Amino acid sequence: MCGIVGLFLKDKSLEPQLGQLLSDMLITMTDRGPDSAGIAIYGVPATGKAKVTLQSARPDVDFAGLDDDLAAAGIDSAVLVKSTHAVVEIDADALSSIRGVLSGIRPDIRIMGSGDSVEIYKETGLPKDVVARFDVRSMGGTHGIGHTRMATESAVTTLGAHPFSTGADQCLVHNGSLSNHNNLRRELVREGMTFETQNDSEVAAAYLTAKMAKGKDLGEALTGALDDLDGFFTFVVGTKSGFGVVRDPIACKPAVMAETDQYVAFGSEYRALVNLPGIETARVWEPEPATVYFWDHDRAA
Amino acid sequence: MPVFDLSTTPLRALNSALHALSQGANDTEFEVINPRGSHSVAVGIDTPITVEVRGSVGYYCAGMNDGGTVTVHGSAGPGVAENMMSGTVIIEGDASQYAGATGRGGLLVIKGNAASRCAISMKGIDIVVHGNIGHMSAFMGQSGHLVVLGDAGEALGDSLYEAKLFVRGTVKSLGSDCIEKQMKPKHLAKLAELLEKAGVTDVKPEEFKRYGSARTLYNFNIDNADAY
Repeated sequence: MCGIVGLFLKDKSLEPQLGQLLSDMLITMTDRGPDSAGIAIYGVPATGKAKVTLQSARPDVDFAGLDDDLAAAGIDSAVLVKSTHAVVEIDADALSSIRGVLSGIRPDIRIMGSGDSVEIYKETGLPKDVVARFDVRSMGGTHGIGHTRMATESAVTTLGAHPFSTGADQCLVHNGSLSNHNNLRRELVREGMTFETQNDSEVAAAYLTAKMAKGKDLGEALTGALDDLDGFFTFVVGTKSGFGVVRDPIACKPAVMAETDQYVAFGSEYRALVNLPGIETARVWEPEPATVYFWDHDRAA
Repeated sequence: MPVFDLSTTPLRALNSALHALSQGANDTEFEVINPRGSHSVAVGIDTPITVEVRGSVGYYCAGMNDGGTVTVHGSAGPGVAENMMSGTVIIEGDASQYAGATGRGGLLVIKGNAASRCAISMKGIDIVVHGNIGHMSAFMGQSGHLVVLGDAGEALGDSLYEAKLFVRGTVKSLGSDCIEKQMKPKHLAKLAELLEKAGVTDVKPEEFKRYGSARTLYNFNIDNADAY
C-alpha cells in the first residue's frame, strides 16, 4: 500500500501551521504503511542562503563540531541538529562545493536533500514517532509532502524511506511499484545521475530531476513520466515553488484531492483530509488517471 | 433513532449493533454522524433497516449489504456496496473505484460520478450512476444492469458476460467483446423501471444506448477445437 499526503498553501496565514497540518494528515495514514515515514517541508527561503539536510547513523559523532570542521574547509554554516538529522544553513554559493567537502570530513553522513528551502526528514518507524523525533509540528512553510511506507521494492531502511530527493529543492513520494526502474536507472546513470539505493521510487525522482535539468517544468516532466515509467504509481512531487500530482493510466493506487481558497491538499484517502480547515465546503475530487495536476506559487503570484 | 457518532464511538460498536439485530427488530432506523472517511461503515447488514450516513466514507461502505437501505450523504471511497446481495445503497456524492463490485443483487444509486472499474464483475446487482463512470467499468460483468446517465470511460464492458449496460452519454471506448446492441421494448421497459427506482424523473429510456456481450469470448467456438 503506502500512504501519501501533500499540502500546498495558498493562504500565507496558514504557513505557520504547515507542519502541524501535514503531521496530522500523515499520522492518519499510518495503517497504509508502518515501515517508515518521511516528510519534506518547504520553508520560506532566506535570500542568499541554502539548506542541506543531513542524516547520520551516529549523530553524536558526526554532528559534533561539524560547523567548525566546515569553517575550516571554508564554508560558514549554522547547524541545527534534530535527532538523526541536521539542517545545515550555508551561503547559497557554497551549495555546489559542500557535497565534496562533506564526503571528506564526514564520509558516513548521508545527504537527504538540499536547496533554497526544502528540509527532508525520514526514518524507519511509525509516522507519529518520526514526526515527534524531528518536531515536524513546529515547522512552518509554504508546501510539503509526506509518506508512510509499506515496503515492496527495496529494504526497510532510512535511505529506502520517502521522500526521495534527487535535485535541488525537488522531492517525490510514491505509492505503487515501477517495473522498468532497473532499465531506466541505467539510462539515467548514463546521463550522469547518481543513485543512493536500489529503490524504484528514487528512479522516478531522478527521472523528473533529469527532465527538469533539461529545461522542462514540473508539469512537462510529469507528462513525460506517463510515457516513460511502466508500473503503478500515484506520485506527489514538490519543487521550490511547485506541487504536482500524477497517477498512472490504470490508477489502482488511490488518490483524493481537495481545494479551497486557502490550499490544495492531497491524500491517499479522504480520511487524511478531514482535519483541514474548511474541508466541509472544499472542492473534493479524485484525480483522473494519466492526468497531470500541478500548482506553482511563482505562477500564481 | 439510534445515532452513532464515529468521532467518539468505535466503528465496531456501530457494525456490531447492526449485526445484532434480528429479523423483525423494533429499531430499524439508524444514523451515523462524523464518519470522517472511515472504512467499512455499515458493512454486513442482513436485516431490512435504514442507515443514514451524514458525511463521506472510506473503503467498502455497505459491503455485503443484504436487505438494508444505506444512504451516504457525502462521497464514498473504493468498493462501496461491494458484493451487495439485496437492498439499496444510495450515494449522494461521488464514488471511488470499483463501486458495486461483484454485487449479486439490490440497487446501488450514485448521484455523482463513479471512478474506474464501476460494477466490475457484477453478478446481478443493478447500478444507476447519475454522472459519469471511469475506465474498465463492468469488466467481466455477468448479470445485472448498469445504467449511466453521463459518459463512460475507456474499455467499457471488457470481457463481458451477460450484464446489460445502458449509457446515455458518450463511451470513450468499448472493451473486448463488448458491442452496441439493439434497444428492444423489453430493455426500454427495464430501463424505465430502474430509472424510476433510482429517482430519475427527467430522463427518458429512449435517450440511452444499450451495450452487451458479443459472446465471442466466453462461448466455445467449435472451429477452435484444434487449438486444444
